[in-house]
Amino acid sequence: MNTWFGRFITSSIGKKVVMALTGLFLITFLIVHLVGNLQLLSSGGGQAFNEYAYFMTHNPLIKFTSYGLYAFILIHAFQGIALWLKNRSARGSQGYAVKVNRTAGASKASVRMGALGTIILVFILLHMYQFWLQMKLGNTAMIGYDGGEQVKDLYSLVKGVYANPVFVVIYVISMIVIGFHLWHGFESAFQTLGLNHPKWTPLIKFVGRTYSVLVPLGFAIIPIWMYLAQQ
Amino acid sequence: MALQSNVPPGELGEKWTKYRSSMPLVAPNNKRRIEVIIVGTGLAGGAAAATLGELGYKVKVFTFHDSPRRAHSIAAQGGINAAKNYQNDGDSVYRLFYDTIKGGDYRSREANVHRLAEVSVNIIDQAVAQGVPFAREYGGLLANRSFGGVQVSRTFYARGQTGQQLLLGAYQSLSRQVSLGNVTMYNRHEMVDVVKIDGKARGIIARNLLTGELERHGAHAVVLGTGGYGNVFYLSTNAMNSNVSAAWRAVKKGAYMANPCFTQIHPTCIPVSGEYQSKLTLMSESLRNDGRVWVPKNQEDAKAIREGRKTGLDIPEADRDYYLERRYPAFGNLVPRDVASRAAKTACDEGLGVSPTGLAVYLDFADAIQRYGKSQATTLNETNASAARIRELGTAVVAEKYGNLFEMYEKITGENPYVMPMKIYPAVHYTMGGLWVDYNLQTNVPGLFAAGEANFSDHGANRLGASALMQGLADGYFVLPYTIGTFLANEIRTPMIDPNGKEFMEAEKAVADRITRVMGVQGNQSVESFHRRLGKYMWDYCGMARNADGLAKGRELIRELREEFYRDVFVPGTADEYNPELEKALRVADFLELGELMMVDALDRNESCGGHFREEYQTPEGEALRRDDEYTYVSAWEWDDNQPILHKENLEFENVELKTRSYK
Amino acid sequence: MSADNMKLTLKIWRQKNANAKGHFDTHTLDGVTSHMSFLEMLDVLNEQIIQEKKEPVAFEHDCREGICGTCSLVINGYPHGPQQGTTTCQLHMRHFKDGDTITIEPWRSAAFPIVKDLVVNRDSFDRIIQAGGYISVNTGQAQDGNAIPIEKDVANEAMDAATCIGCGACVAACPNASAMLFTSAKVSHLAHMPQGEVEASQRAIRMVEQHDAEGFGRCSNITACEAECPKEISVEHIARLNREYLSASVGSDK
Repeated sequence: MNTWFGRFITSSIGKKVVMALTGLFLITFLIVHLVGNLQLLSSGGGQAFNEYAYFMTHNPLIKFTSYGLYAFILIHAFQGIALWLKNRSARGSQGYAVKVNRTAGASKASVRMGALGTIILVFILLHMYQFWLQMKLGNTAMIGYDGGEQVKDLYSLVKGVYANPVFVVIYVISMIVIGFHLWHGFESAFQTLGLNHPKWTPLIKFVGRTYSVLVPLGFAIIPIWMYLAQQ
Repeated sequence: MALQSNVPPGELGEKWTKYRSSMPLVAPNNKRRIEVIIVGTGLAGGAAAATLGELGYKVKVFTFHDSPRRAHSIAAQGGINAAKNYQNDGDSVYRLFYDTIKGGDYRSREANVHRLAEVSVNIIDQAVAQGVPFAREYGGLLANRSFGGVQVSRTFYARGQTGQQLLLGAYQSLSRQVSLGNVTMYNRHEMVDVVKIDGKARGIIARNLLTGELERHGAHAVVLGTGGYGNVFYLSTNAMNSNVSAAWRAVKKGAYMANPCFTQIHPTCIPVSGEYQSKLTLMSESLRNDGRVWVPKNQEDAKAIREGRKTGLDIPEADRDYYLERRYPAFGNLVPRDVASRAAKTACDEGLGVSPTGLAVYLDFADAIQRYGKSQATTLNETNASAARIRELGTAVVAEKYGNLFEMYEKITGENPYVMPMKIYPAVHYTMGGLWVDYNLQTNVPGLFAAGEANFSDHGANRLGASALMQGLADGYFVLPYTIGTFLANEIRTPMIDPNGKEFMEAEKAVADRITRVMGVQGNQSVESFHRRLGKYMWDYCGMARNADGLAKGRELIRELREEFYRDVFVPGTADEYNPELEKALRVADFLELGELMMVDALDRNESCGGHFREEYQTPEGEALRRDDEYTYVSAWEWDDNQPILHKENLEFENVELKTRSYK
Repeated sequence: MSADNMKLTLKIWRQKNANAKGHFDTHTLDGVTSHMSFLEMLDVLNEQIIQEKKEPVAFEHDCREGICGTCSLVINGYPHGPQQGTTTCQLHMRHFKDGDTITIEPWRSAAFPIVKDLVVNRDSFDRIIQAGGYISVNTGQAQDGNAIPIEKDVANEAMDAATCIGCGACVAACPNASAMLFTSAKVSHLAHMPQGEVEASQRAIRMVEQHDAEGFGRCSNITACEAECPKEISVEHIARLNREYLSASVGSDK
């Protein structure tokens, strides 16, 4: 750890920078993921979505990126947990009897990033189990369109899950949690990277807050829509 | 013993340069073997510790605060003087020297004051190099403002926090020396005695305030930069923990206290509001640049204001008495502090005071807001600006200049000073008196030095605004580090001082006994209550105006109070733990002796000069009447429980003609 | 204006020394007036306690004009009390009302161990400054003060950061007990000045290293520090520190 990199990466700011950079990558991933998922809503019995899924799982560049994604999720999560533990001990053995929060500007989300992140992690595990693992284990039916190659019918898998109102509620709540996490995370990442400027910070905040509402909303609409469409 | 000022020979303007070039030096290899103890980490102590560390001495620095950055220098608001003449308004080293001598009512040493004026310019350069964010003009150059008692703009400032920024500069330099290992820092350590070996100061006894443990520390020389003793009045603008104890311990070991009665009463403080009051808050003198001081012309209006039936805004222009502008047209609201304070007292004595206690005058910014508002409107090409718009523009200018002071005023009083004129009244602020030192800043005890407000040297009977920061830093950065060499050059063969020697053990024992005595009383009255009573005696009998009968009576009252203190004080807790009440008790015990000495000194000085106004000696117009033929001397007092002994240092003026100060 | 004879209930943290177990004591206090400062109210309480021959509440204070940074106290959960931009010593009782219960706690941080009652040890701040919070210039080495012009706005921004009083409210307020606002204020102040820019990178690295070593928490941009800072120092300075640190680590050749 005597190299400049070792010193940097173990310092409190270095760790923050890791959180910020991985966070920003995950934020970018969300929009890509959302665009794909919206195919679920297109008419045509899931063809658009299944073809999109096939493309995503067979393009080498995307496959490569996805390993990076898994790694970043893990780094972000473990770093976050380490941060949370460190910060708990920094308060000392005795906490405050009266707790208040007058945080100007930022939301109450900022003090609960650890809890929000944990919920998100659990959600991701559930999500991966329900879809990714099922796909990998081959627990999906195959379907062919227009005489083309047979592809995995992920659409029906998703549709099956979203027929259950319990999962719909879990997914919607998780999206709200992600919204809160982003609400702080987005602008916080820029602050960490040193980008705080009287002219540009209001814009960053506006974009960040808009993003953290619209993207989770977009995700949340899907299970609700698919659930209602099956009733 | 005749007091030797050790002022070097030669022309006034060349004394310091020549002396500095010819004084004995300590070689770098010897510096490493010489230890210096510095007590106090304010501007003087902190700057001296940093500089001596840079020079290569082994420095040990002590503060009773938790951090050097808490020293009370931090509270200085307005600014620091320097004869830079950046404004091209006719300033010069000689003018700064002359203003300071005159402002001090001709009771300071010419050579010291001239040296102060000379090094003032280096201080600004040094502070800028340390990164002190002084106020700047749009062109990027340093800004200046005016202060009382002078007709040039030579005051440098950093908003209303100049002392803070300069102290942080010194603190940072000191921190650097600590990190380099040249200075060892002892925070939360209070000096409780000086140790003398063969007549020379060779160390101190310090009390570790966290554990109560007494520690012995040896050194080749001891420097006190421990500030002034304004808290003898209980209510003052000093920080709550400012005290005289370090200096007083030196006095008890034979050092002389010079001009202890010279106390500065600052004219612009927030008036007292009740019995519980613990301290007074200063409103910077810089406010008098733009604020106009007034009281109602007639007593009925004043009475109506006191009773809450009227406010200052209800008094028409014609019924206001801008008494400073009327009495002193040449300097107006910017007369020196002693003059402004006495004028406020006179107005209130005539029944014209404007607070419920009757002890307050107005400091009004309405005119400044109008003036700045109109000028801003012109600048912005708003030719038809409405009255409200002019007010708004003017308020913004005033806010930029004094915003933090106005805010502080509003926090304390609950009144908005942009609308209602401020109420102010004089309060104890600074003590010109202090340990007697020669030109080298050495007390009459060899090896014991005093710097900054702790010594008496440069301000005579009255200090001009923005000169305390100047003196503290001059002493610490540019004077003491040289002059201490005159003593240390003869000490290069002295081995490290053994803190286990007989003298140390005896001194420690004496301190322990003193603590046991105070702790052992277990009476019924709190330390605070004694301090309050002492303060009231001091203010009533040795305050803004003094007379022989009052001073004699005050002295008796203090002696009785001291006796009562050792009979009935209650100090809770124990001596071997963190015990703020015990710290306070030891300090108040020292104030109870100092207070008596101040009365004795004021009684001895049968004249009025600067901050010392004896009612018996005034001109028919009520101005101070100096008696140069008999009192052109420094009173240096040797302490004695029964009757302190006076030693005189005659002041010789070779360059300045003694005149009656006139600011008319 | 509130009543001039308030009766208050005070819940105050008492702890004999660093190693003792602490607890809350409840005191009632009569005759509090709206013009009193908060600390004067505590003075009156202590006088009452001393009259009962008990040990007064230890709290630190000095200048009582909001500049020395000695006073602390978490009052009803707010460092330096509910009034924003105000130190405890400048807080006045007119912001409370008759019958109020006020809870008073010390700064809570592993890097600020308790000395007694409400007094904590803040030496860690001094060590952060010693690690690099200065400009390496010896006395007498300076050139003329006007040799380098500094843009008025830049000097103002430096002053905004330099106004820090080192009280530790940022640490007390931060849910992570981080001292980034304190550290960044000094880094930013000196980095703004051309005189300080020379050492800016190494300063940032050394001060952050010390900050971490002292056991302060890690900043997660909650900005509670900014909200509670009695001098209202902006978290922009933390961004500035991050920038300095990043460029020093990644961009320099060291």
